[in-house]
Amino acid sequence: MFKRLAEAGAAVAITVDGKRVECRAGDTVAAALIAADIDHCRTTPVTGAPRAPYCLMGVCFECLVSVDGVGSRQGCLVPVREGMAVETQIGKREAGR
Amino acid sequence: MNASDLSPAYDLVVIGGGPAGLAAAALAARAGLSTVLFDENPGVGGQIYRAIASSPVKDRAILGEDYWAGVELAAEAGASGASIVTGATVWSLDPSRLVGVSIAGKARLIQAGRVIIATGSLERPFPIPGWTLPGVMSAGGAQTLLKAQGLVPGGRSVMAGGGPLLWLLAAQILRAGGKIDAILDTTPRVNWLRALGHLPDFVLSPYFSKGLRLLREVRARVRVIRVDRLEAVGDDKLREVVFAAGDAEWRMPADLLLLHRGVVPNVNLATAAGVAHAWNERQLCFEPVLDEDFNSSVAGIAVAGDGAGIAGGTAAAERGRIAAIAAVRALKPEAAVPDLQTIRQNLQREAMGRAFLDALNRPAVSFRQPQGDTIVCRCEEVTAKQVRDTADLGCEGPNQMKAFLRCGMGPCQGRLCGLTVTELIAAQRGTTPAEVGYYRLRPPVKPITLSELASLPITEVERKAVER
Repeated sequence: MFKRLAEAGAAVAITVDGKRVECRAGDTVAAALIAADIDHCRTTPVTGAPRAPYCLMGVCFECLVSVDGVGSRQGCLVPVREGMAVETQIGKREAGR
Repeated sequence: MNASDLSPAYDLVVIGGGPAGLAAAALAARAGLSTVLFDENPGVGGQIYRAIASSPVKDRAILGEDYWAGVELAAEAGASGASIVTGATVWSLDPSRLVGVSIAGKARLIQAGRVIIATGSLERPFPIPGWTLPGVMSAGGAQTLLKAQGLVPGGRSVMAGGGPLLWLLAAQILRAGGKIDAILDTTPRVNWLRALGHLPDFVLSPYFSKGLRLLREVRARVRVIRVDRLEAVGDDKLREVVFAAGDAEWRMPADLLLLHRGVVPNVNLATAAGVAHAWNERQLCFEPVLDEDFNSSVAGIAVAGDGAGIAGGTAAAERGRIAAIAAVRALKPEAAVPDLQTIRQNLQREAMGRAFLDALNRPAVSFRQPQGDTIVCRCEEVTAKQVRDTADLGCEGPNQMKAFLRCGMGPCQGRLCGLTVTELIAAQRGTTPAEVGYYRLRPPVKPITLSELASLPITEVERKAVER
């Protein structure tokens, strides 16, 4: 969906749901997911519909992901760091969870 | 800077590091106020100067000189002596000017002598069928990806809506070698007639020649289609954009749809702090009630920048300076400050041409007040029909609507549905948005973990008050 201009920063590797994803210094988690063509980052709590980053400026909360074990972080506000573990969120309520 | 490095109190706390916040912090710090600026993003610049210190887009022609004007503003603030703290999320502000801020998972409460809220604007909700599908994004979001990460649309991309930002972004994407298949212009024809009365003022403003140049640049390379109806269609993600003008309907396969319909003040923090707001019928949004120095109804709290009402980035900086001068005069009247009259004149000049833009870009009712199963509240997945039906049942306002439908109660706290819900209730009940009002917002205005709250430093007195 998106391509990167040549000048982007140094390579940084994170994992998304356990898989290695190459990104660049200066990426936020949300931007890294978009650049890697990961088409959704969570499912909604009400109907389980897939959602992807929408505003990229901290207001829509669509890019909520788990970062290094902390759930519901706004991916667009968190810069990537080498070795960071990102997990997409399954939003639908599960009894007993 | 870490949370533990913050002072417990500052003369001035500026919230938001866009043009208003940067200009305010620079002026106040130079005049000798102890000043801290908090911004939740990784760098300063706000949205207009997003990633101004780190953008990988080195060819200056791509983003344009209006973007690079932010370099000076950021440098000025950086050299002023103000503490500029990024990655710092303000989640609370109360009328006694106690500021709750969180940095890297550590929270602090900071006492401010004065506060300038410079949290800017956000894009007006654009609730069309399918706007929650992956692949549909706000135009501002795509612009952030370009400025901060050097990412440009490369697949089958469609832009839709109207307003200056849409055309600017289209030009920037094209200059960067990106791809746009079509621009679907939702500007109602009648707006041109309504805007005509403001034309003389607009022609004399800098917006005129800049706007004309942009339109020519984009129209020469992209098909522009005027539409009355717009829909994003797909199963698990966007597959096609459906649009109609009059009786004719078209379908266009697409991977990316970028939506934009102008910007409105981001009122969440100011509203939660108790600042009085009023409906602006010309710009179809709520904005804070302010005096000529941008002081709000709460003593010691000012709102500057687009958060004070939409006026653009250059005006935002001038507004920040005016609010900062008021702060300096209140706390340190002997300090030298720049000439206020000159700044006010600059601000007045910036207002030229705005009435034309507001009239031309006023969104059609059909794009503000959706029908049927179109989702209004993205977080809680509440539809237009549900809101309309509940208003018909007798629900009088947005706060009662929360109790019925949970709209506005998800993580975004109404930022993407508030105006739509207010307008739908007003339409359904035959009254005005001013009468209906807005969601009541309370801190925390941004999520904060319990452990952050629990680890707030406490004094001996506070500890004894709860220990037995």
